[in-house]
Amino acid sequence: MVRHAVLQLAPEKGQITRNLERLGQALEAIAEDRPDVVVLPEAYPTAYFLQGGVRELAMTAAELEERLSKLHARVWEGPLDLVIGFYELDKASGDYYNTAAYFELGGRGLIHRHRKVFLPTYGVFDEERYLSRGHSVEAFETRFGKAAILICEDFWHSITATIAALDGAEVIYVPSASPARGFDQARPQNARRWRALAESVAGEHGVFVALASLVGFEAGKGMSGYSLVASPEGKILAEAPGFEEAALVVDLDLERIPPVRYENPLLADLKTGLGLLWNDLERVKERL
Amino acid sequence: MKKIYGLPGGETLALDLAATANFLVRFIQKELAWRGYEKALVAVSGGVDSATTLALAARALGPERVHAVALPHKESSPESLDHARLAAETFGVKLEVIDITAMVEGYAQQRPDITPYRKGNVKARARMIVLFDLSMAYHALPLGTGNKTERLFGYFTWHGDDAPPINPLGDLYKTQVWALAEHLGVPEEIVKKPPTADLEPGQTDEADLGLKYARADVILEHYLKGYPDAYIERLGYTKEEIRRVKELVNKTHYKRHLPTVAVVSNTAIHEFYLRPLDFRIEL
Repeated sequence: MVRHAVLQLAPEKGQITRNLERLGQALEAIAEDRPDVVVLPEAYPTAYFLQGGVRELAMTAAELEERLSKLHARVWEGPLDLVIGFYELDKASGDYYNTAAYFELGGRGLIHRHRKVFLPTYGVFDEERYLSRGHSVEAFETRFGKAAILICEDFWHSITATIAALDGAEVIYVPSASPARGFDQARPQNARRWRALAESVAGEHGVFVALASLVGFEAGKGMSGYSLVASPEGKILAEAPGFEEAALVVDLDLERIPPVRYENPLLADLKTGLGLLWNDLERVKERL
Repeated sequence: MKKIYGLPGGETLALDLAATANFLVRFIQKELAWRGYEKALVAVSGGVDSATTLALAARALGPERVHAVALPHKESSPESLDHARLAAETFGVKLEVIDITAMVEGYAQQRPDITPYRKGNVKARARMIVLFDLSMAYHALPLGTGNKTERLFGYFTWHGDDAPPINPLGDLYKTQVWALAEHLGVPEEIVKKPPTADLEPGQTDEADLGLKYARADVILEHYLKGYPDAYIERLGYTKEEIRRVKELVNKTHYKRHLPTVAVVSNTAIHEFYLRPLDFRIEL
């Protein structure tokens, strides 16, 4: 059992110190539950919509690690793994990324960094104007098992989760920021889509999915929340309400993955069958 | 064999009214909070948009934290003030009445050539002056009441009724506001009456626009989403209606923007230097 806490928080725009302080309070509030891994939304330290302000507020992974380590030392007993989305500056290249990192606080520090591959640049979104694309999806070892990170639109392309699962991920962490739109039903259309995706991806590959979705209003855009955790059967284990701060505490029983996959061996089938489709993948790629 | 026919799908203007109301209530709370306000100010005209905005504000903040103000002119319809009172009473908000006749006529007397149309705009801008002054007096944030249809048609007085800094209804078409108004308990006589800006005697929106809201809203939604005219015609709308909708939208884009600035640098505001309006850094 690996106890996870998904923190659905509402950061204040650009107020990094205050937002990390708020994270500290949230950690204190869930300390009695002793989570092993805490999962935060996309762009948590700054909030999501920054336009050109990314340049003023992005930080290196090392800078974020230093601030989180100090916070961890102040509010937490023992090691804590933390997944957090943030705007990253790569000092060597001068590039900016929409990144999520997996830190082992009080331990080995930065374990993995995923840079968002699919940058939404349509409708209300304008990421690629300000950010560079990541170009890799890979699973990584944590002290509990194998995991992968996908950020927001990355997860809307089923191929990314497929790569993560083929690479051995047992848990897929999905930090996201999703402005509510489509109010024709009680739950906004974007949140309905998120839930359907999580159920479908988790069930197809026999993986846990932990979605941490931002809340708060950003100049009229209401970040929808509805964070959730899905089981390897594609069942929702816990789900946060929309639009308000919440913490989900869920034990992920990684030992359930083999029996669930045995009953529904789609991932094994894909591993065998993928080669049959390889030529077609090459063929359609050539045409793009 | 059982045959099941599918629906063709398509765009909908239907709203889950409870979810929409909850979202707009939260919008008012949050947008006030980060600006440092606990109170809102609503200019209540007697029409459905401002009554609906008042209902949302009262629900968001509690009626005691909402200032309602009616701003009649001697040429305004008496029914407008009656309905403003009714709206305030319905939602338990105290109404203040400030007559703008002296303000407007003080200027109009110096311009004997003024037309009813121009005076209508002066009235709307006089109301804006009062609203912003009361905002400072009460430390209450003015709420805009314009709906999406009138915003798209440019059917408002520029820098007048579009001036308030936050607007809960600005992304809802008029027909959606009507539905929301009923859901929130806006009195029927306000919801059902023909909409009017009441800037000139006898005026109605639909006569001014040459379009029925119920038809214009569907055309707008499809036009904004990029459906070609022929598709909209097949839904049962006329070429003339579609042309009129496109005309109104396309002659008023400037009214939905800040004034045009001559761009001479690589740091021109809103062209190169782009920051969301809630952007702040720690200093």
